[in-house]
Amino acid sequence: MRIYFDYNATTPLVPAVADAMSASMRDVFGNASSVHHFGQQAKAAIDAARSSVAALIGADPLELVLTGSGTESDNFAIRGAAEALEPAKRRHLIASAIEHEAVLNTLKALARRGWTVTLLQVDQSGILSADQLKSAMTDDTALVSVMHANNEIGTVQPIAELSAIAHAHGALMHTDAVQSVGKIPVDVRALGVDLLSLSAHKFNGPKGVGALWVRRGVRLQPILTGGKHERGRRAGTENVAGIVGMGVAAALAAAKLTPEAERLAALRDRLEHGILRAVTGTVVNGALTPRVPNTTNISFDRVEAESLLIALDLEGVAVSTGSACSSGTLEPSHVLKAMGFPPHRTQNSLRFSLGVFSTEAEVDRVIEVLPKLVDKLRNLTKKATA
Amino acid sequence: MRIVVAMSGGVDSSVAAALLAEQGHDVIGLSMQLYDQSGDHQFGSCCSIEDLHDARRVATAINIPHYILNLEKQFNRHVVSNFVGEYAAGRTPLPCAHCNSDLKFTELLDRAGGFGADAVATGHYARVERTAVGRYQLKRGVDASKDQSYFLFSLTQAQLAHAIFPVGDRPKDAVRAYAHQRKLPVASKPDSQEICFIPDHDYASFVTKHSPELARTGDVIDESGQVLAHHGGIHRFTIGQRKGLGLSTSPTGAPMYVLALKPEEQQVVVGPKASLERTTLTASGVNWIDGVPDAPVRAAVQIRHRHPAAAASVRVSGDGRAEVVFDAPQIAITPGQAAVFYDGDVVLGGGWIE
Repeated sequence: MRIYFDYNATTPLVPAVADAMSASMRDVFGNASSVHHFGQQAKAAIDAARSSVAALIGADPLELVLTGSGTESDNFAIRGAAEALEPAKRRHLIASAIEHEAVLNTLKALARRGWTVTLLQVDQSGILSADQLKSAMTDDTALVSVMHANNEIGTVQPIAELSAIAHAHGALMHTDAVQSVGKIPVDVRALGVDLLSLSAHKFNGPKGVGALWVRRGVRLQPILTGGKHERGRRAGTENVAGIVGMGVAAALAAAKLTPEAERLAALRDRLEHGILRAVTGTVVNGALTPRVPNTTNISFDRVEAESLLIALDLEGVAVSTGSACSSGTLEPSHVLKAMGFPPHRTQNSLRFSLGVFSTEAEVDRVIEVLPKLVDKLRNLTKKATA
Repeated sequence: MRIVVAMSGGVDSSVAAALLAEQGHDVIGLSMQLYDQSGDHQFGSCCSIEDLHDARRVATAINIPHYILNLEKQFNRHVVSNFVGEYAAGRTPLPCAHCNSDLKFTELLDRAGGFGADAVATGHYARVERTAVGRYQLKRGVDASKDQSYFLFSLTQAQLAHAIFPVGDRPKDAVRAYAHQRKLPVASKPDSQEICFIPDHDYASFVTKHSPELARTGDVIDESGQVLAHHGGIHRFTIGQRKGLGLSTSPTGAPMYVLALKPEEQQVVVGPKASLERTTLTASGVNWIDGVPDAPVRAAVQIRHRHPAAAASVRVSGDGRAEVVFDAPQIAITPGQAAVFYDGDVVLGGGWIE
């Protein structure tokens, strides 16, 4: 039995999504920009999907720009806003230090081109304080970007409160909601943001499709220029099958959001309590609440997370740690580092993230195999230091 | 048996993995990321991102799991700092030997244990044999032109007991042929050369980048102490070196060679080829694979990778040292390199030339 507990990395397609996509690939080949029947057919499929995705986040379908990934959405939000606000001399950007690389490295690129970037540290709860943002705001701040839920530890940020602060200084507010959309209720109006990124493959949709929600009235400089696709905001012939898949996945997620969140929270808690009880020297990283219901990040004292991950995979259990670098090796988690944890803690932590196909039997199996593997690795460490 | 194979992405370790998998072993491919490859640095020819990618492709082709371990810290501690330190001390380091004994057959062997593996296999051209009394012998690979036992002399019994060299008993041609026959994606890949973490072979720049204080100028002198030229740091030289001495013409007209490096004085001593000849050396940190001998032994002693081992007497002295007396003078005995003692194909042991 192979167990997949890495849903925050990506999720499998649910069958209804795969079916809708293969039907679309087979039957709908038109270019959505074409005037004729075939174009209209593709356009209709895209519009239906756009409406489903909009419904999942309480948005107007016309406010959604369909993109090629969550990363593209983040790039478009940040680069698009930064460039649009440049003439207004707003050259300051703020983000939390626990953002995804899609945000952090985009800010880094802008910093090299003259923008000032402030990264806000978080405490060991993994939750940003509103006061910290308040003191970082200036009248030159163009954009504040804070993720809704963190990919590594699952903590949920107080976006509505942060949005109010950003707006009080005339700045735009972006949230990377890639890890929350489909897992917890997300309502763009309640969050009070101007820009929100999401990605289909995090909620059982396909890879290679995402969306950026742009509040009506917010002007962004396009980063992909070309034809008049997406109302001139994102050029490029649409990935129709992918978009159709995202739409079906969004509708399915919306239909069972609350019961699925409750089911996953119960499973996650069973796993978390089980591990804390069965393995000595374990502790959960970050606040237990508010947190997305499927994620737990646990530190294993005196264990190299890299080794534990491999040992688990050899036992058929797929989990993850930190983020992989270009070659596929593990780097110390920048999230745990930003939370102020010492180096050993950033290198001994594993993320377990559950999803639609996770079961109690899988949770119990992981609780059963973990103690043995941890013991084995700890004994080696003892030998090496003896 | 569950076996970890250290996969560099080269043809030898790829074939090693393929052979073991074909024999029915439960093979796990591990590649070591040894230095920062975030894009700010030049990649090496061994274990560069391309090589890690190749290792992964081979693992897929032979259907084994493959993982990359980040051992940058350990590599830096055991191999790079030693490499830089040796040059600073006027010696010429042998990083591959340190990587084998201090990384592959310590750290990697340890990790392998954590994954339930009993052994670590590599693509070295060398052989390990278990004797009738249960001891382990290290022997030269059967392909004399590819033999790498020289770089493995410091393995202990405990390490050899868990070491497997699947290509050591076949010639390189056969290894390539097997790679082609199995359609391994690296079958035609050129052999790696030189030192993996310095792909441009510019050792001097690497050393000064790590320890800028080493770029201290000094004098090039002859055996009588007469200053012939100036140099940009003794780490730029190795014993027997002829080029790059900064001598427009030698005083005698005969070619001049580096004879000695004096770190305290920052001096490079040069002289004629005849002055490179020595009949004795002292080795330190000696590893005797089958135990320290009670009496002096006759051995063929190899003093660098491509050196044809020369007949000598080896006498154990205190402090893990050995005194080697060659029957005939040897050219350019170089401190920092290894002196490895052979009895035929069998590695008796070896140590570091002082």
